Amino acid sequence: MDESGTCAQLERSTLVWMLRKMLEIREFELAVSDVYKRGLMPGLAHLYVGEEAIAVGACAALRPTDRITSTHRGHGHCIAKGGNLKLMMAELMGRAPGYCGGKGGSMHIADLDLGILGANGVVGGGFGLATGSGLTARLQGRDDVTLCFFGDGASNQGIFHESINLASIWKLPVVYICENNQYGISMSQARSTNIRDIAQRAQAYGIPGMVVDGNDVLAVHRTITEAVTHARAGDGPVLVECKTYRWFGHHVGDPGSEYRTNDEVEEWKKRCPIERYRRWLVENGVMEQPAIDALVASVQQEVKEAVAFAENSPFPERSEVTTNVYA
Amino acid sequence: MSTREITYGQAVREALAEEMRRDPTVFCMGEDVGIYGGSFKITKGLIDEFGPERVRDTPISEAGFVGAGVGAALTGSRPVVEVMFCDFMTIAMDQIVNQAAKLRYMFGGKARVPLTIRTTIGGGRSGAAQHSQSLHAWFAHVPGLKVVVPSTPYLVKGLLKASIRDDNPVIFCENKTLYNTRGPVPEDEYIVPLGRAWIHRPGRDLTIIATSSLVYKALDAATQLAEQGIEAEVVDPCTLYPLDVETLAGSVRKTHRCIIADEGVRRYGVTAELVSVIYENAFDDLDAPVARIGASENPMPFSPPLEAATIPQTPDIVRAAQEMGMPIRIPA
Repeated sequence: MDESGTCAQLERSTLVWMLRKMLEIREFELAVSDVYKRGLMPGLAHLYVGEEAIAVGACAALRPTDRITSTHRGHGHCIAKGGNLKLMMAELMGRAPGYCGGKGGSMHIADLDLGILGANGVVGGGFGLATGSGLTARLQGRDDVTLCFFGDGASNQGIFHESINLASIWKLPVVYICENNQYGISMSQARSTNIRDIAQRAQAYGIPGMVVDGNDVLAVHRTITEAVTHARAGDGPVLVECKTYRWFGHHVGDPGSEYRTNDEVEEWKKRCPIERYRRWLVENGVMEQPAIDALVASVQQEVKEAVAFAENSPFPERSEVTTNVYA
Repeated sequence: MSTREITYGQAVREALAEEMRRDPTVFCMGEDVGIYGGSFKITKGLIDEFGPERVRDTPISEAGFVGAGVGAALTGSRPVVEVMFCDFMTIAMDQIVNQAAKLRYMFGGKARVPLTIRTTIGGGRSGAAQHSQSLHAWFAHVPGLKVVVPSTPYLVKGLLKASIRDDNPVIFCENKTLYNTRGPVPEDEYIVPLGRAWIHRPGRDLTIIATSSLVYKALDAATQLAEQGIEAEVVDPCTLYPLDVETLAGSVRKTHRCIIADEGVRRYGVTAELVSVIYENAFDDLDAPVARIGASENPMPFSPPLEAATIPQTPDIVRAAQEMGMPIRIPA
């Protein structure tokens, strides 16, 4: 765990907020798995369990006017940037009050007022949007920063190269955050690239590249804060790679056992980002265990209410099918 | 309103300059659009007035800069992105089809994507198979996109201004063979709204629905047919989506005969859709089956005679009219 002391200077409220958000993501995703298995959620459910420290550590470094782009595994980013659990869960179940009125589902949740430019069903789909968002900031003379979350799999798409190259020549305020969970569905990073770290590619664009333990929320926060400061100052984009692991399969229904060993999964579960952070909070006297237990209970209740809200919400009217195609 | 003659290319440039003056969120971006003035010299001089931030040169990176255009549009800018040839739009197809077209719908109506992509269609310059295509039908197939195919200097200027002001992604297909075509354009500002067909020539015997460069060939054909006593009405949809069904069908209800001409490949193309629209809306008024004329079913060849054989020509339209079994009237 982070021992530099930098993070110990964070406001206590921020430290507690980070635990709360990580718990919200964990509990939300476990509830998603449950509602999916109960047949309440159509489509696909890509769970973020095990990767919570990245979205939370990164979004803790942002201002409200900063923006993010997300991925198919996007629930965590949305929650960390302030997304509403009830509206998220309703959207996942295809209900009318959901974030997108049931038109987008899990892979397209957006909240533009919160700077969430949407999850994305295309691997690498966020690169163009984030880069363009950075361009708007520049053209408007604002110093808002955009975080572009993407996976190790997306780093092999052509748009990765084209977007980071554009951002580098135009010095756009974008931080590209690779959540390297080691696998693009079944293909390991060792088989899909010939390099050790995705962040090495930063060199090709003449921008800073950083590697951080993605299961250490304080380290992620410190690193992303540094990257955001760089981008906000007008010094251009940064590529940050967060090493992590997805506990479950590619989606609910994929056992995730054909391409990785049980030992490997169990080894990573021992590095649970939430448990590590909980221990740090207690050991450093930030929170006591009873307060943490109360927080867990409160989050569980909130998620339960989100599920109930979604289950009790109506499906959209058929007449909605052709609305919102054009402005 | 005073009018002067300018070229189609000058009309595009005027529209860009006027919209950039009017709205600080409008900016241009694309390969060589800045210092070089664009490969077709359409943006020439704009960098002097608006600077390199708003007339932005990009690397050769269609997916990258079209994608950035989508993201900029989503966050409050009003980008006008130039893709040199529509053949290169294929490189950016994910950004156009999966992102730009769908963001608003996927997000439940909360997003606006006021993005204009200017690109060029049209053969006839020996550009061969990768610089001559007319792929406008591809985009008209995608809900969420608007598609504009302007034919004259007047229309290209008014329609581009409307496209830039539109809050949806618009694929604006300029015809590269028309850039030097001259025509009357008012000095004063005007807008041509999207979704209104334009009647270039009235007629009572036959409707020729023609797009882009085929408008000129249809007008030539109409002149030849008039000598044979056939008065053809030439109607230009101007926009493939939204489509002015009423004006197209209304003309056919009046003339009872219809030819549809478009430079895209015939198979599954614009003509196929427009034939259906006419049958769905004016079937009972037709005295003959609708004829359609499009490019032959091969990649665009390089050699001039082969290229000319691929692209629909004026005689194809005249022949189609003559084969409709119209009573020939002798001019008085």
